Amino acid sequence: MTATTFDDARPVSASPGLTREEAGFARRELNRRRLRAFALVIPLLVFISFAFFAPIATMLHRSVYNPTVVQLIPDTLAKLQSWDGEGRPDDSVLTAMAVDLKRLANNRTSGKLGEALNRGLPGTSSAVKATARKLRQVDDATLAADGAALLLGANDKWASVELWRNVRKTGRTYSDRYFLTALDLERNAEGDVQTREAAQIYVQLYTKTMRIALIITILTMLLGYPLAFVLANAPARTASLLMVMVLLPFWTSLLVRTTAWIALLQTNGVINSVLMGVGVIGEPLEMLFTEFATIVAMTHILLPFMVLPLYSVMKGIDRSYMRAALSLGSSPIPAFIRIYFPMTVPGLSAGALLVFIISVGYYITPALVGGTDGQMISNIIAFHMQQSNNWELAAALGALLLVLIIALYWIYDLLVGADNIKLA
Amino acid sequence: MAADTTQFLRFLDVKKSYDQKILVVKGFSLDVAKGEFITLLGPSGSGKTTILMLLAGFESVTGGDIQIDGVPVTRTAPYKRNIGMVFQNYALFPHMTVAENLAYPLKVRSLDRSEITARVKDYLALVELEDYGKRHPGQLSGGQRQRVALARALIFEPSLVLMDEPLGALDKKLREQMQFEITRLHKKLGFTVIYVTHDQTEALTMSDRVAVFNDGVVQQCASPDVLYERPSNAFVADFIGENNLMPAKIAAVRGDSVRVTVAGGQEITAQAADIREVGGKCIISVRPEKMFIKPSDHAYDNEITANFIVRHYVGDFIRYYFELSDGSEITIKVLNDAAAPVFDEGQLAQLIWQTSDCFAFRTM
Repeated sequence: MTATTFDDARPVSASPGLTREEAGFARRELNRRRLRAFALVIPLLVFISFAFFAPIATMLHRSVYNPTVVQLIPDTLAKLQSWDGEGRPDDSVLTAMAVDLKRLANNRTSGKLGEALNRGLPGTSSAVKATARKLRQVDDATLAADGAALLLGANDKWASVELWRNVRKTGRTYSDRYFLTALDLERNAEGDVQTREAAQIYVQLYTKTMRIALIITILTMLLGYPLAFVLANAPARTASLLMVMVLLPFWTSLLVRTTAWIALLQTNGVINSVLMGVGVIGEPLEMLFTEFATIVAMTHILLPFMVLPLYSVMKGIDRSYMRAALSLGSSPIPAFIRIYFPMTVPGLSAGALLVFIISVGYYITPALVGGTDGQMISNIIAFHMQQSNNWELAAALGALLLVLIIALYWIYDLLVGADNIKLA
Repeated sequence: MAADTTQFLRFLDVKKSYDQKILVVKGFSLDVAKGEFITLLGPSGSGKTTILMLLAGFESVTGGDIQIDGVPVTRTAPYKRNIGMVFQNYALFPHMTVAENLAYPLKVRSLDRSEITARVKDYLALVELEDYGKRHPGQLSGGQRQRVALARALIFEPSLVLMDEPLGALDKKLREQMQFEITRLHKKLGFTVIYVTHDQTEALTMSDRVAVFNDGVVQQCASPDVLYERPSNAFVADFIGENNLMPAKIAAVRGDSVRVTVAGGQEITAQAADIREVGGKCIISVRPEKMFIKPSDHAYDNEITANFIVRHYVGDFIRYYFELSDGSEITIKVLNDAAAPVFDEGQLAQLIWQTSDCFAFRTM
């Protein structure tokens, strides 16, 4: 038989590559496919950039950008540029301040300036407001001529070097002082960074937040691991029932669950009543509005985040591994430690990472059941956003939290390896 | 201690039920000699893997006893039984290297470090994977993993090795290679093997004896040639290899052979396997390669007329399909040579065979 008897005998080796048209066609086909894929995710990209990236970027910007003072008293700040920082500034500066204050008083924005200055130097607010009130009635000509004297006459604080240093410091559009505050630091008169002399609360609060998050992570591990093991090894029917019970909290409103904890933990709540009824304790335990309440409620709420990744990993571990270990002569407990446990580490670390990161930034539960004792960093951030109106500090605290979490993730990646995470 | 080496491993009327209602294994008895290669063969759900699990100690025995070297083991914990096991999915520990996997059974036995290293090296060489000790199982091919699993099951020198469909996940070519490999190691090291498979070619090529399982009962336990050439009942005849099965009725009994009527009243002679009652319904089996088409030089005792349906060209042989008047189909394999006849559809043909290749079984 010769090759010519085959109808479609083609010299195979003669054309190893594609012609130019074929290559072009293949490329266009590929591009079309990419374009289609991209078009499908455009809505999501738009949504994410405006609902996720933009707010975060704004927040990060906000932590170093504080234009309030610059906008309110631009002339004063311009004149203050030439001040050497020693002794009372020139009368021209004081006059400019008096003029600015009058304008602010008429605009009803002097309070805003007072608040902004007060953050750098407590007690300034009242001086600013009182002075502005007095200067409102003075006519412009008198003010221009005799502004400095009027200012000093209105409040003797205007003579203090401290105050003017603070005005100049807060008068910068960009500054790192909120970050320093968030780290319990400040700049002294020479501009060097030093530990804050006033109350130091933030570093302590960060430490406490991390400690609470760590305790919660360990508790969810201790509670979740055996549960996931039972789930993964139970017959299908039992497993799905148990799974519903694990997921039930997920489907209930967070607020309802937290409120339920209030009902359980309060002084006349279920737990205290039962314990007193049985006679274990003589008087009610103070459980609500403590760190204990925060930890218990958050452990409960975050447990599914530990169980689900663990379950999915354990489900994938064939029982033959344990059987192999037993048949090779290892007794059950060493076999579990040496063989089964290492195989569950991806799920365990994924769960731990999830629980830890979620709890570091948790807000609502500590706010509701934590009292003063169980507050975490997010509660302080919320406080600065909503009550003290110090958005810059809130933004700096938030940015630090973000940095902290990224750093933790990085450490985790070094130790465990991020590709070891298995969520499902 | 049992002195008799033919009773190294004994199953004595072993029963197993998972739900306290249905017996999955219904009274399994078998004596295994030291160094023997026994295969449990059967369709899925026939209870063969359960037997293995009972022997390994992963499941508890509901009734009966299992003895190794005369000692009952049913109450011994699995990790004290000293039985090597190869799993279908290999069950190599993914977070350990190949060498660590092999060292594991030695480590739990607290052997010397130097001894462990030496033994691991020996067994890696035994399965021809000397250079793979530092790799992880994930970096090996299916066949290599299988070898590692084998070496790990053998390295602590168990007297008994269980294999649960160990080649099930491999492709055909690798499977044949590994069959050869397992037989080689078995011959070289002389351990006793209980092998579970549903692949009968594998069972026939590798084993000293094959126990054919169905419905929790051993249908026949014999060497491969006996199993193929002298099946003891209709299930084995049908399950092992290819067979032509024709319904028939016994007309007369003459010693070990019976005279039966098949479709269209044609009479043939068959060897009585498990039925001798005159007038009883039976099944006649003849292997496709034992039947011939007239004209033929082969000697024959039986002749039957059938309708030709179609022939399929396979390559080394040609398959002919015929039909009897009652609709039962007959397949004949004919070597692909000049003698292979050509028929028209519906044409009548004379099929012939010898009584020694033909058996009468009780209807299933």
